[in-house]
Amino acid sequence: MTSPILPISKATRNQSSWQFLMSELKPRGKWLTPFNLISIPIILAGVVLIIIRFTQGLESVSNVNQEIPWGLWKGFNVVTGVAFAGGAYVLTFIVYILKVDKFHSIVRVTVLNGFLAYLFYAGALVLDLGKPWNIFNPIIGNSFGASSVLFLVAWHFLLYIVAQLIEFSPAIAEWLGSRRAHKLLSGLTLGAVIFGITLSTLHQSGLGALFLMASQKIHPLWSNEFIPILFLVSSVFAGLSMVIFEGSISQRVFFQKISPKNHEARNNLVQSLSKICAFSMFAYLAMQFLVFIHGQHWNLLNTPMGYWFLLEMLGFVLLPMALFFYASRTSNILLSRIAAIITILGIILNRLNVSIIAFRWDAATHYIPSWMEVVVSVSIILIQIWIFRWVISRMPVLSESPRWAQHTKP
Amino acid sequence: MTIDRRKFFKSIAITSMSIIGVRASGAPKAETDEHDSEFYGILYDSSICIGCQACEKACAKAHGLPEPTDKPEKGILRKTSENQRCVINSYETSQGEVYVRNQCMHCDEPACAAACLTQAMYKTKEGPVIWRENKCMGCRYCMISCPFDVPKFEYGSTNPKIQKCDMCYDRIIEGKKPVCVETCGDALFFGTRQELLTEARRRITEIPELYLDSIYGKEVAGGTGYLYLAPVTPDELGFDKRIQDSSYPALTKSFLYSVPSVFILVPTLLLGIHEATKSKKTKDENYD
Ligand code: SF4
Ligand code: SF4
Repeated sequence: MTSPILPISKATRNQSSWQFLMSELKPRGKWLTPFNLISIPIILAGVVLIIIRFTQGLESVSNVNQEIPWGLWKGFNVVTGVAFAGGAYVLTFIVYILKVDKFHSIVRVTVLNGFLAYLFYAGALVLDLGKPWNIFNPIIGNSFGASSVLFLVAWHFLLYIVAQLIEFSPAIAEWLGSRRAHKLLSGLTLGAVIFGITLSTLHQSGLGALFLMASQKIHPLWSNEFIPILFLVSSVFAGLSMVIFEGSISQRVFFQKISPKNHEARNNLVQSLSKICAFSMFAYLAMQFLVFIHGQHWNLLNTPMGYWFLLEMLGFVLLPMALFFYASRTSNILLSRIAAIITILGIILNRLNVSIIAFRWDAATHYIPSWMEVVVSVSIILIQIWIFRWVISRMPVLSESPRWAQHTKP
Repeated sequence: MTIDRRKFFKSIAITSMSIIGVRASGAPKAETDEHDSEFYGILYDSSICIGCQACEKACAKAHGLPEPTDKPEKGILRKTSENQRCVINSYETSQGEVYVRNQCMHCDEPACAAACLTQAMYKTKEGPVIWRENKCMGCRYCMISCPFDVPKFEYGSTNPKIQKCDMCYDRIIEGKKPVCVETCGDALFFGTRQELLTEARRRITEIPELYLDSIYGKEVAGGTGYLYLAPVTPDELGFDKRIQDSSYPALTKSFLYSVPSVFILVPTLLLGIHEATKSKKTKDENYD
């Protein structure tokens, strides 16, 4: 091998690759933005708490207990976060499999988002493990719990991170200016997409299947044998709502990065996404309704947990569904965004209900996350946003690919 | 060299088969119903138990845990914890005060072992369900899954253990009885599940006025290694009525079984759609 796979052409022009990396690592733009001012102290506090957690044990920061062993880090960062990262598999399906080209401009940013989300949620998982140094047991060696749903979810999670990295890698190659690597990596995209969608259907539903054996511990309104399918279907609109929401923010924050042509197109995209959300929510509601009828829980509706259930179903699924329908009819972008936010809240509510709130709803001691758990949860998301921002402002994610790379797009 | 290679490929094959779910059985160690004669278990007779806590103390001593100081009291629910693997509770029932012992049930088809992704929770061929420290990663999914809420986690430790009764597995393989059984008189009886069932039926027929004609654990959760005799129904003794009579790992079977087919169907379907849309596009629009 005489020529390296990654000839850093941009760098070799006038500096060494090391200098190139160092200069890219430096922050760009103003430092004292409101976001930085708020996020830096939270992240620092989060890091301190993480150190305390590892030196004093879980109990010192977390309120999880013997009856409710999974708290905010698993219920929110992992179970909820993965649903929001579902946008990546839906969009790659639309763009690479159905070849609806108009979504091409947002597929990269969504995959990046998904990739970072998975990476950080895996991080949250490690924090929560009692013996994280044994994390490789289910991955290498002879400790395979092959009949465990969690075993499959963990593996599919891991493989999906790799698949997403491959899907995103052409952008990295463009950033480094490496044509050969770009060609090679672009060739892998379709395979990674197909593999990735398969893995996504499995672990999105798998996260629901985790609770199958605990079905009697979860309030009957939330527990049924269809949880896996409900989780899978809801991940479609959860992910797309996140795409709409995230798009509305990055459109403002990274205004210059997006070409005028794409600015125009984005409104049209939001409208199409709203339509997909509305229809998938309709399917989801119909399923929830059938499951409810099947479970014959009419009497439970007139209890506090019943009102809570109705609030989730009507206020956070039916209402945003109607808004999405209306918004896509009238091409009202603002309304779509509002609907997306309500949907996001609804998904948070649903996932927390299954994994925490309705879990052992009858237990004597209820689990309420400590402020320290909340800080750590938020810091994880903030660090993720930092890295997201760093990547966006350097790699061709929202902006157009360099000319040389455009014709090799899969 | 060649053996190493073969071993290597074998482990790769096993890994990939596990990942796509082919090796998932849905119910570990449940091929036959021969275990009744093989699995060891313990028969607990709450009609005889006098709540003396001798077993609790012996258990604590044998496993290096602090000696329990509180006593069973009516109306107060004592729970197993990371410091206590078994507890005696007292209940006011239709037949007066009755004691009941709580610990791991050593299910025939344990939910905890099916849940565990590292096989740290493990149903041994002798019957006890044990926890293996060097495999566990502390995810606590076993706690989520156990219908009896048995596994307990040392939240205060930086190298936490899961605490639960292991039926003194190390003693059993040495041919000895669990310490609790050895300490107790007749309220705890050790043997194979078959022997326990016979003994339980013998007690019921010999002194019918002492017992309800049913053995708790015979069916519950798909059958357990611990069997209970009592003068009253299980729900009078604090057992959760919602715990089902069939196996828990079976609840995940349909999901696990569908995984391999998803791995075949979805990629094929996606590739098919991809090919279909491709040919159309090159014909009508001729991109690039
Ligand atoms: S009672 Fe719980 S911990 Fe004990 S074997 Fe059954 S499922 Fe496992
Ligand atoms: S906490 Fe340990 S024993 Fe329990 S499921 Fe996780 S790895 Fe297995």
